[in-house]
Amino acid sequence: MATENGPVLTVRELRISFGMYAKGLRKESLRVIDSLSLDVRAGEIVTVVGSSGSGKSLLAHAILGILPANAEAEGSILYKGEELTPARLRRRRGTEIALIPQSVDSLDPLMRVGKQAAGARGGKEGRNAARAAFARCGLDARVERLFPFQLSGGMARRVLISTAAVASPALIVADEPTPGLGAARAMETLRHFRELADGGAAVLLITHDIDLALPIADRIAVLYAGTTVEIAPAEDFRKGRDALRHPYSKAFLDALPQNAFRPIAGAQPYAGHPPPGCPFAERCPARTEACERAVAMRALRGGEVRCIHAT
Amino acid sequence: MQTARPKYLYIAGIAGRMILLLFLVSVLSFALIAKAPIDPLLSYVGAESTLSEEAKAEIVRHWGLDEPLPARCLSWMKNVLHGDFGMSITYKRPVIDVIAERFSHSIVLMMLAWAFSGALGYAAGIFAGMRRGGICDRAIKLFCLVLQSAPTFWLGLLILSFFSVKLGLFPFGLAVPAGKLAAEITLGDRIHHLILPVFTLTIVSIGKITLFTRQKLTEILNSDYILFARARGESDRQIVLRHVLRNTALPAVTLQFSSFSELFGGMALAETVFSYPGVGTAATAAALNGDAPLLLGVALIGALFVFSGNLIANILYGVVDPRLREGGDYV
Repeated sequence: MATENGPVLTVRELRISFGMYAKGLRKESLRVIDSLSLDVRAGEIVTVVGSSGSGKSLLAHAILGILPANAEAEGSILYKGEELTPARLRRRRGTEIALIPQSVDSLDPLMRVGKQAAGARGGKEGRNAARAAFARCGLDARVERLFPFQLSGGMARRVLISTAAVASPALIVADEPTPGLGAARAMETLRHFRELADGGAAVLLITHDIDLALPIADRIAVLYAGTTVEIAPAEDFRKGRDALRHPYSKAFLDALPQNAFRPIAGAQPYAGHPPPGCPFAERCPARTEACERAVAMRALRGGEVRCIHAT
Repeated sequence: MQTARPKYLYIAGIAGRMILLLFLVSVLSFALIAKAPIDPLLSYVGAESTLSEEAKAEIVRHWGLDEPLPARCLSWMKNVLHGDFGMSITYKRPVIDVIAERFSHSIVLMMLAWAFSGALGYAAGIFAGMRRGGICDRAIKLFCLVLQSAPTFWLGLLILSFFSVKLGLFPFGLAVPAGKLAAEITLGDRIHHLILPVFTLTIVSIGKITLFTRQKLTEILNSDYILFARARGESDRQIVLRHVLRNTALPAVTLQFSSFSELFGGMALAETVFSYPGVGTAATAAALNGDAPLLLGVALIGALFVFSGNLIANILYGVVDPRLREGGDYV
């Protein structure tokens, strides 16, 4: 059973692979996420950052149980200490677990957005909840009567965000919720997440925009080639590269425009063919022979890191 | 509504297109029939006529058959505009009366088959699409593909020989029992005669709408909004009721209205197999007897019918689809 202080969401050794037909009829399995572990506690915002192709959206889809049919997930996902079986997931998503999807095409083109935000429960209660959520996201009551094609990108984004606030979920998984919003509106949205977290919700915020997320995040998980390489308090990221543990996290910070704006050579390993050892070894300046064996996450200075050399 | 054209312009545009279409159909059918090996005089008097050459020449002059083709076409059109489609040689009655009577039979047949194939085909398409890859889906798909490839008249004959000849459940043809007084014919009799032709025509039209709906459903099920609906905890049932029906019904209805042309063609064949006294059998008889006025009349009616189907589809789209109805951007 869930303890009061236990994590709301626990992802343990998640592995996602896609069944694909390679040459002819030979079926090949492409591993896109491997030994990914993280947890989110109530009242906490955990931000997942990583470049595109690192498996951020797949993580969100795996939690919500909406992976494509040819994807296979192993490992365990726990909600309040309980294994999130398909049956439990069906009961909880939409009410206790909410997704804010990445695509603005996630709105039904032929349904008025007010009705969509109210969700399947509908009725007067649903309508009122939708209206309140719209107001919180800065949407006029008139917007309820509009169809998605009548919305601007930013408005559609806010409608999507408001869908999570219609129920009062204990866990919010937000997959890139800010693109298309202006800087001020994006900041406001993130503050809205902060409020939700302060109200007791656990928020998993997936983004590529670490700058935006830094001020509101509690912890940051860095994804590289489908696995977590570092999970650290957001404070360490605010302090700068020296407070970080993993060479990729440091490189990630260095590559930001306002920092050194210095990219590192090489590319993320191609999905499906992860190297047996550290996925970052190929690009790592501190690489040694020991890096060619599998590396596990370990605790270090109040965070976690997947690197044998980190100090 | 920012760029909406005035309504009357829209209606005038449609009327203009309809007039142009009917005009072109008239000219084309007239030319085709005039160039066909049909001799109106011979059709009229019969091959073994004992009429004198002078009398025949008199008829030719009276009908204007000695005039050039454009003049004949023009005078026919002028008469049509006055509501005079000429006399049917086959039935010895005015064409307009023959068509009116026949069409009243055909329209019942077509509308029933249209409604049944639409409703059943749509339901089957949704059913198959929701179970894509399953045994039901594959059975429905196979069934539809077979029906789509089978010729109407052949299917009609099969159905006729099975249900009427072998099982003796239904009459062999006609719209009412033969040899019964008109006053004694009941609605039940009419329905009894309608079942097999309607069944045949339904069966041949059902494949298209089913496969189309199934395909459309597959597209929609892979869309982001269905994925999101699932993530919000909507059950399969709720997804169908809230999103799938709304997003598939519109294209399906449009397809069904725009398939009036196939319906008309199928009707002609089904009627011939079942000797059902509708426009289809009349057209066949007219063609076999060289009955030019009736053929032209049927061609015009057919064009008008197909045009109305497409027109309804267009109008319906504008009324039902919010993207067209409420066009323009909010911001």
